[in-house]
Amino acid sequence: MNLDAFWIIMTGSLVAISSGLLGCFLILRRMAMVGDAISHAVLPGIVLAFLFSGTREVWSMLFGAAALGVVCTFLIEFFHKKARVPADASIGVTFTWLFALGIILITVYAGQVDLDQDCVLYGEIAYVPLDTWITESGLSLGPRTVWMMAGVTLVILAFITLFYRQLYLTSFDPAFAAAIGISTSLWYYLLMGAVSLTTVASFESVGAILVVALMVGPAATAYLLTDQLKVMLILSAVFGVVASFAGYYLALWLDGSVAGAISVIIGLEFLLAFVFSPTHGLVSRRRHLVVTTPQPASA
Amino acid sequence: MNTLWEFLSMSDANVRYVTLGSILLAASSAVVGCFTVLRKRALVGDAVAHAVLPGVCLAFMLTGEKNQLILLLGSFLTGWLSLVVIDFITAKSRIKEDTAIGLVLSVFFGVGILFLTSIQHSGNENQSGLDKFLFGSAAALVGQDLVTFGIVAVLLLLSVVLLYKEFKLISFDVAYARTIGLPVRGLELLLTTLTVLAVVVGIQSVGVVLMSAMLITPAAAARFWTDRLGVMVVIAAAMSAFCGAAGAFVSYTAPAMPTGPWIVMLLSLLAIFSFVLAPKTGLAARLLLQRKVRRQMMRENILKTLFLLGEAQDNYSHSYSNKQIRDRRELPLLRMKEGLLVLRRQGLVTKSSQGWALTDAGKKEAQRVVRLHRLWELYLTQYLQVASDHVHEDAESIEHVLTPELERRLEELLDYPTQDPHQTIIPQQP
Repeated sequence: MNLDAFWIIMTGSLVAISSGLLGCFLILRRMAMVGDAISHAVLPGIVLAFLFSGTREVWSMLFGAAALGVVCTFLIEFFHKKARVPADASIGVTFTWLFALGIILITVYAGQVDLDQDCVLYGEIAYVPLDTWITESGLSLGPRTVWMMAGVTLVILAFITLFYRQLYLTSFDPAFAAAIGISTSLWYYLLMGAVSLTTVASFESVGAILVVALMVGPAATAYLLTDQLKVMLILSAVFGVVASFAGYYLALWLDGSVAGAISVIIGLEFLLAFVFSPTHGLVSRRRHLVVTTPQPASA
Repeated sequence: MNTLWEFLSMSDANVRYVTLGSILLAASSAVVGCFTVLRKRALVGDAVAHAVLPGVCLAFMLTGEKNQLILLLGSFLTGWLSLVVIDFITAKSRIKEDTAIGLVLSVFFGVGILFLTSIQHSGNENQSGLDKFLFGSAAALVGQDLVTFGIVAVLLLLSVVLLYKEFKLISFDVAYARTIGLPVRGLELLLTTLTVLAVVVGIQSVGVVLMSAMLITPAAAARFWTDRLGVMVVIAAAMSAFCGAAGAFVSYTAPAMPTGPWIVMLLSLLAIFSFVLAPKTGLAARLLLQRKVRRQMMRENILKTLFLLGEAQDNYSHSYSNKQIRDRRELPLLRMKEGLLVLRRQGLVTKSSQGWALTDAGKKEAQRVVRLHRLWELYLTQYLQVASDHVHEDAESIEHVLTPELERRLEELLDYPTQDPHQTIIPQQP
């Protein structure tokens, strides 16, 4: 394995870990599509950050996009709760609006903003090793993206381990959480903030769609294999990392996009779990049906 | 102004194509979108839009050329397949629908991207323009596309018009549709097919991400203006057609501007306008109604307090200061002053140097409220066996709501009582 391959897989794995962990909470809260919405809605935030800071500086972009991510979740909630738009329509209206705004901004400031749509949608992880971080003394520390992703992954890991109890309770039993004084909306917005952060940090390297794939896919696969949140979190991260490895070599073989190949592997992983999962797979379900005598209608 | 006329006259063939194409596309996807939104499947459009890509690439890889029809066929097939897969996953495992949509969307799109990049790297020079499916470019519409759009639009409209009643039933009451023997499964499949058709065609002009807006946004906006499905469909189509034309106009005046995003931007603004300002169901209308009711309640509470003060001394024309009123009943001062001013304008209270007093009309109105309060208290104790010290709170809120008709029924039921459970006199109707 050469160094470039190492950095690419490393980036993929870091993205996979942070989004895989957050994805577990998203799908348990039935908010997978909110993750998808955020990943598109951060676009105007990135453009605006670009315009205000004038550079492609990482921190301002992270901030701009994370802010837009939270705005997006807020708008979704607002349209749904206050204006009584159906939940799914509210998601659809909000993220497409923000995405359209982003594209229009890009066109208006075409001269000043060095961004294009396809980069946003499917990124190019293969370029990661090109942008290296070289210290003043001339020492190469490896790609910037890897450092940034490592930082974000640490933040997400810390967030989830430190506040595991709050996240767990607000996801599974919001009523109980509220009763013992944990603010559900605070944790909702914190979680969404974390999702935005991850999306933004990874969008440049892997694109919006792969972030969605990494958020939903491994978590859904893990969800078919276990009933315990902790196990699910670990499995989800592992599946993501495996997909990054396998995806890289698949892309190499087909001479195609790494992000696309990783999504394909994620799809395969899910398919395997869907069919062969010992507890919730198609096969075991069928066997279950045959073995147990049919019971009178029960949920 | 001149530009607008030039635009409207459509003397430029290119303008004609772009404008008509945008209108056709926007209106027909809005019509189909109404049904997807009502069936709470708004986001499947997003999945279809993303799932189109692998189909396009596969079709190209198999034939090696860019035959519009074959590409459309390929995209139609994978778009359709994605919906089947979503349904299958949700039906056969414990994965919820939103997760299934997210998964299918990203995996299908990933497959598409892998194919697309693989084709691009393969050096087949025919491939340029395949990514038109990704981002769409309404400005590149030509006469040929217009024909395709036209056919699809007619097909969609025709199906919706012919099967309007059936689609309406499966959107609102699947169980009933099944009972009267409609082929629900087949109809759902047809509706799904129409959605896929709208997406597959539309995607070429607005792109993958924005396509779902063309389905959802007009429908969600139209829902706020009416409760009738037929009207909703027409409103949605009209809004979309207007925004389609306006989007084309924007990119006509500023050629760098992309048409698709502008259509979506205008549609979204219209939708947000509808969410907030639509009569009756809009946010503003509901907030205004709430405020009106709250003020009415405040005024009734003031009158009642003045009446109770008068009742204690058996002298209803006495004046009371703000403080005296608030000693009897804790009311927020500002709101109370506001309410008193309105009451004075209505001639229900008068103001003197000692404070506020009920007029004859005011006393009558106050009597009505107090009467409703005490009748309700009596009803609760007699018919629902609520302890007499628990009935006050409930009566406090219902006294503002009871209609004269209910008042009469209550009286009859309670046999024209004169005393409430606390042995105070129920004021009689004048």
